[in-house]
Amino acid sequence: MNRFAKSAVIATLLALPAGLALAQEEDETPEDIAIEIRHGHMLNYAANLQRLGAMAQGNAEYDATAAQTAADNLVYLASIDQSHYWLPGTSSEEHENSAALPAIWENMEDFQAKQVALLEAVTGLQSSAGTDLAGLQSAMQGVGQACGSCHEDYRVKEEE
Amino acid sequence: MRRALTSVAVLALVGAGTAWWLTAPDNLPASALDGITGDAGRGQVLFAAGGCASCHTAADAERTEAPVLSGGRRFATQFGTFLAPNISPSPQGIGDWSDTEIVNAVARGVSPDGAHYYPAFPWNAYNKAEVQDLADIAAYIRTLPPSDAESLPHEVPFPFNIRRSLGGWKLLFEHRDWVLQGELTPEQERGRYIVESLAHCGECHTPRNALGGLRRDAWLSGAPDPAGKGRVPNITPAGLDWSEGEIVAMLESGFTPDFDVVGGEMAEVVRNTAQLTDQDRAAIAAYLKAVPPVESPAPQPGTGDSTAEEGSAADEGDGS
Repeated sequence: MNRFAKSAVIATLLALPAGLALAQEEDETPEDIAIEIRHGHMLNYAANLQRLGAMAQGNAEYDATAAQTAADNLVYLASIDQSHYWLPGTSSEEHENSAALPAIWENMEDFQAKQVALLEAVTGLQSSAGTDLAGLQSAMQGVGQACGSCHEDYRVKEEE
Repeated sequence: MRRALTSVAVLALVGAGTAWWLTAPDNLPASALDGITGDAGRGQVLFAAGGCASCHTAADAERTEAPVLSGGRRFATQFGTFLAPNISPSPQGIGDWSDTEIVNAVARGVSPDGAHYYPAFPWNAYNKAEVQDLADIAAYIRTLPPSDAESLPHEVPFPFNIRRSLGGWKLLFEHRDWVLQGELTPEQERGRYIVESLAHCGECHTPRNALGGLRRDAWLSGAPDPAGKGRVPNITPAGLDWSEGEIVAMLESGFTPDFDVVGGEMAEVVRNTAQLTDQDRAAIAAYLKAVPPVESPAPQPGTGDSTAEEGSAADEGDGS
């Protein structure tokens, strides 16, 4: 699948939950939808990290093509401009479904810098994931750190 | 009448004297460090296991190979806000302290001038550590860069600002024995040492009673996040169904089995556990599988629900 077709597929997947939500529950607010889209975006990261992580942790056989595909997907996902997902009024203090701490809106520049750091980490992964297992394993560390450093400051702990 | 008054006065004096004696700092014996020399090389990984830098670096400090332990980080609790002090090797930090003074601070919660430390500093876990390991940590801290930052006072209101009362707290809630008792494999024992002592996991993952004492009957069963919304997760087998391999992978990489990545303070913890050996991470996992399962949130004792009591690993009052 070429890059364009793949992008289209992912974009459709991303839009699907929002589209379904719009169709099913007309009383959903823009804030509800923004939060669902964010959660969908995170699940897309997880789905691709899972394929890579299974290989990196030795639970699945290393497959260069599959690893490259998942890494390419992560680069695509991390490149998406998410600024419109982070609507005012969608912090954990303001919306029951939200795990996004108000600190995001108080430190938007730092928050966006952490998204850039994720893009850099997955770009590193993209350049080594398809080479060999060692390359995949070492780049995965950086990706985990990039995810964790944002979750550290900006995500609520386990829900009540 | 006068005799009665005298008796009351004598009783009050005896009572006050007893209370004063009971709440006195309990230092290690003077011989505790005889023949022990700290090894800074060994101390580095123990320092990571102890999570020292996670609290004692400034909140905005760069993450470096050699952390600057300038203090200043703020910890909001229901009892007030505690500020981590400077523990760098400088006159404002611990530069002028002897090894014995450092070990007494860490393992007994007593300052060089004989004051009690608040349990926000996890001496109630470090008190189970080997003196050699603590001396090694001290030796490593002495190799780190000095900071001249002044330690800032805690913002703790009356009555919690009376440090002597912490002697009473220690009588009630200090425990120098293990929570998990009974026959353990060497690996589980190693995990117990890391979890219950150095890494002080229970300080966040165990609920506290009204006075801030750890509920050892509900050990590691999760707790409200003192910083606000959310909970620190239950990591007993009742709350965490991950395999030992999955626990090890999380402690090394931060990735959970469904490839979320842990956040909050746990992100900082993973930076520390990533520095441990594979054997030590496996030991932590083996220990977590051996602790009694406790459903969360653990019911308060005496509410008629016996789940917490049945899950008890140790009685509240024993062994201190």
